[in-house]
Amino acid sequence: MTERSTLDDLLLRREVVICAGPGGVGKTTCAAAIALHGARLGLRSCVVTIDPAKRLGDALGVASLTNEPHRVEIDPPAAPGGGLWALMLDTKSTFDEVVTRYSASPEQAQAILSNRLYRNISGVLGGTQEYMAMEKLYALHSSGLYDVIVVDTPPTRHALDFVDAPGRLMRFLDNRVFRLLMSPTRVGLRAIGAATNLLLRAVSKVVGGAVVNDAVAFFTAFEGMEQGFRDRAAKVSALLSDPRTGFVVITTPRREAVNEAIFFADRLSGSSDRVDALIANRMFPSFGALPPAMTGVLTDDTKDPDVGSAARILTDFEKISSKEENHISELAKRLPGTTIVRVPFLSADVHDLGGLDEIQRLLFAPG
Amino acid sequence: MDPPRFSAPSRVLIVAGKGGVGKTTVSAAIAYLGAASGLDVLIVEVEGKSGLPELFGHADSLAYEEAVLLEAGEAGIGSGSVRARTLTPDDALVEYLDDRGLGKISRRLRTTGTLDVIATAVPGIKDILVLGKVKQLEVAAAASGSPGLIVVDAPAAGHAVTFLSSAYGLVEAAAVGPIRSQALEVSEMLSDPERCQVTVVTLPEETPVNEAADTAFNLEDRASVKLTPIVVNGVWPRITVPGRLEAEQYGLSQEEATRIESAVEFRLARQDLQAEQLSRLASLLPLEQVRLPYLFSVDLDLEATRTLALELGRQLERPQP
Repeated sequence: MTERSTLDDLLLRREVVICAGPGGVGKTTCAAAIALHGARLGLRSCVVTIDPAKRLGDALGVASLTNEPHRVEIDPPAAPGGGLWALMLDTKSTFDEVVTRYSASPEQAQAILSNRLYRNISGVLGGTQEYMAMEKLYALHSSGLYDVIVVDTPPTRHALDFVDAPGRLMRFLDNRVFRLLMSPTRVGLRAIGAATNLLLRAVSKVVGGAVVNDAVAFFTAFEGMEQGFRDRAAKVSALLSDPRTGFVVITTPRREAVNEAIFFADRLSGSSDRVDALIANRMFPSFGALPPAMTGVLTDDTKDPDVGSAARILTDFEKISSKEENHISELAKRLPGTTIVRVPFLSADVHDLGGLDEIQRLLFAPG
Repeated sequence: MDPPRFSAPSRVLIVAGKGGVGKTTVSAAIAYLGAASGLDVLIVEVEGKSGLPELFGHADSLAYEEAVLLEAGEAGIGSGSVRARTLTPDDALVEYLDDRGLGKISRRLRTTGTLDVIATAVPGIKDILVLGKVKQLEVAAAASGSPGLIVVDAPAAGHAVTFLSSAYGLVEAAAVGPIRSQALEVSEMLSDPERCQVTVVTLPEETPVNEAADTAFNLEDRASVKLTPIVVNGVWPRITVPGRLEAEQYGLSQEEATRIESAVEFRLARQDLQAEQLSRLASLLPLEQVRLPYLFSVDLDLEATRTLALELGRQLERPQP
């Protein structure tokens, strides 16, 4: 029996693992490596990626849009009973699926799907991608086909957008001004308040009346569906705060990324959620301090310039590595009790299954 | 110093790149260089969040009101200066409505969520409002006759293309009246290299290189902007070292010698990867490269900005091949 790392526990205890953190820190790679490890533990493990870099997407077989999980062949293979599935979230198709599945009639679905405003939502309205990731998660989780679902989160400037996304979309769908307009038989256009009327007239003046008409048509077509959205959003929120869900915060040891990670972790522990583990990714490797015998060559390398440059490499690395370690210790202090897993900056970039194997090995090294 | 070939003669320089490649760092270096050559530089941050002040040794975060980051005469700067402000789409909208006597409804537009509905119904409207404001600043600077440069720290890469092509999209969608004329004026500014150019920033790594090449082509095709040389950030200065270290000569233990060798190997491996990516970038994108050195420091400050700016200036003064 091999020793288990804390991340093993995470995979064995949780049904959903959310990988969150600032953009550009290697979230997708870590999420994929965590799911890969799940497969090797004998779990049916599915990773939901948002926008994988091309070669990583190719390696996972999700480079062409596949909004459904796709089995990934891995070597060494999954433990008996386990397997790795991957999908790349397609926000637009997910929204379309949700509309089609939950509309009252095919006519209602068609009216929504062909509305001009609706067609823009997935590309434009902030938070839609995050919300659809949640809808996808909800569908995958309720399918019962997977033991663990690992979710990569969209790259946002503000990591919190992810948590706030369902609320943001709900506010949009609940829009009061347009809902007032949408059923003339009941309320009557003339019956709306003077202030609202003024508002919409101003809107028409600046962007054109077509915009107001499109919006009214959208909210009319959507009528009756917002309750379903609200219900599922509530269920997803419940799942997120349930002990079946774990959070992993991923960051790099840079000041800005660390600050964002602290902010995010604080916010999560403020609710009933909690951070299971923190991954400090791309830590500069430390090769130790310069041996005292070599300090002389730093100031005078005329005798042996090559040794001088070797010494400088070591001191440069040491300088960065200790600064990074400071940032991570600061983070550790702010998150007492949270496991911190350090993943070194590798001498090569990760873009295939071999690279994922290496990240998996580093993430799950015991102790 | 000659006004850098980089931005001259444009008055607006838009800095674009994938998240995490150092867009803000490069914007700061360009601004410093501009100020060092006598320009009054204004940095405009469009996402309302930025590590920019720290790069000039300031602690406060940016706000809608302009803040002075570098005064004339400070830190080796002559008569030039660097100021910075944020300009988020919400700010731009409020101003836009104020300018048209509709200030009273702007609050209600936001609290009722009508703003989100409009932004969704008219994709690109937020971008056009921000760029419209940048254009207004540019026109005002030109009219004042004082030598100035506006550096726009643009949204992350994919968004930068949408951001900059929004004007054409809106002109084609023939949105009515004021927004359409705003879009036309913005597209005039973007396509005129005398007024505006775009700098793409990247890192010498696989994914950033791919995205930078895509972004550059998309920007030229879809936004009709002129691109400056591409800036590759974080390039490790190239070194050569011997295969083996004479451990005895320095009285090093075997363990110490091994550590040093591993460090050197790591450095050489990363440096080779970078060289490979730099030449891949050159083959993907026929655009001159400016390479900024990796500074072996986690947190950058004013000194770092100055170092990068001077290096940028040095490379731009080289005669073109």
